[in-house]
Amino acid sequence: MSQSYDRGTVEDFGRWRSFTAGMWAWLFHKFTGWVLIGYLFTHIAVLSTALTGEAAYNDTIVGLESLAIVRLLEVGLLAVAVFHILNGVRLLFIDLGTGLEAQEESFYASLVITGAITIASVPTFVSGVF
Amino acid sequence: MAEHYSSFDRSGTKWLLQRVTAAFLVVVLAFHFFLLHFVNHAADVTFAGTSARMSTWTYFSLMVLFLLTATFHGVNGVHNAIVHRDGIDGWKQTAVTAVLVVASLIMVVQGLRTALVWTNLF
Repeated sequence: MSQSYDRGTVEDFGRWRSFTAGMWAWLFHKFTGWVLIGYLFTHIAVLSTALTGEAAYNDTIVGLESLAIVRLLEVGLLAVAVFHILNGVRLLFIDLGTGLEAQEESFYASLVITGAITIASVPTFVSGVF
Repeated sequence: MAEHYSSFDRSGTKWLLQRVTAAFLVVVLAFHFFLLHFVNHAADVTFAGTSARMSTWTYFSLMVLFLLTATFHGVNGVHNAIVHRDGIDGWKQTAVTAVLVVASLIMVVQGLRTALVWTNLF
């Protein structure tokens, strides 16, 4: 039987010192989710330049990719996407009834793997722009 | 201690769809990133290259499904965050739902229009 508690709001940042791993996971998943849906709208807007013509699309891609800040933001986007994917897999397993007892370890594993993949990807993302 | 802490309605269709789309997106988002940043570098993406990919049924249908599932999963996630978490109801809930549905439709239509520019399948 599940019970409910009045835990206040996670958005009350004064409480961050008392957050458990599960609360950090919830917060990071929500933050990365907001970033990803925001990016999806932006992504479709950028791709829509193809409606104007081949040259407009190619010029947009070349113009954006020549900016160092765009490459760095892409690294950030990768980090956000990888964490959301890994934590999402963790949540799916927990929803299926597996792994709740190791939910803290699997959250830390998600963070470590996200960090490793992000760092390893930096050379690929920034090549040719600096 | 509670058995679980999920605030979602477990009997709902949207709850199930959020998880089904999640399972699909885990694979397709990873594939999308890998293909367009590691196999092909994003800086080397061209209209012609995109058009060639989008002119195969496998890739075209995958990208259309990607658009539809990502839009649902993302917008439904936002809806859950705003409506369920903050517990708004009445006209405010209706307004939030309406804005999100309209935004989703605009994005899907715009995405499909763009996809059709690239493909020679039709």
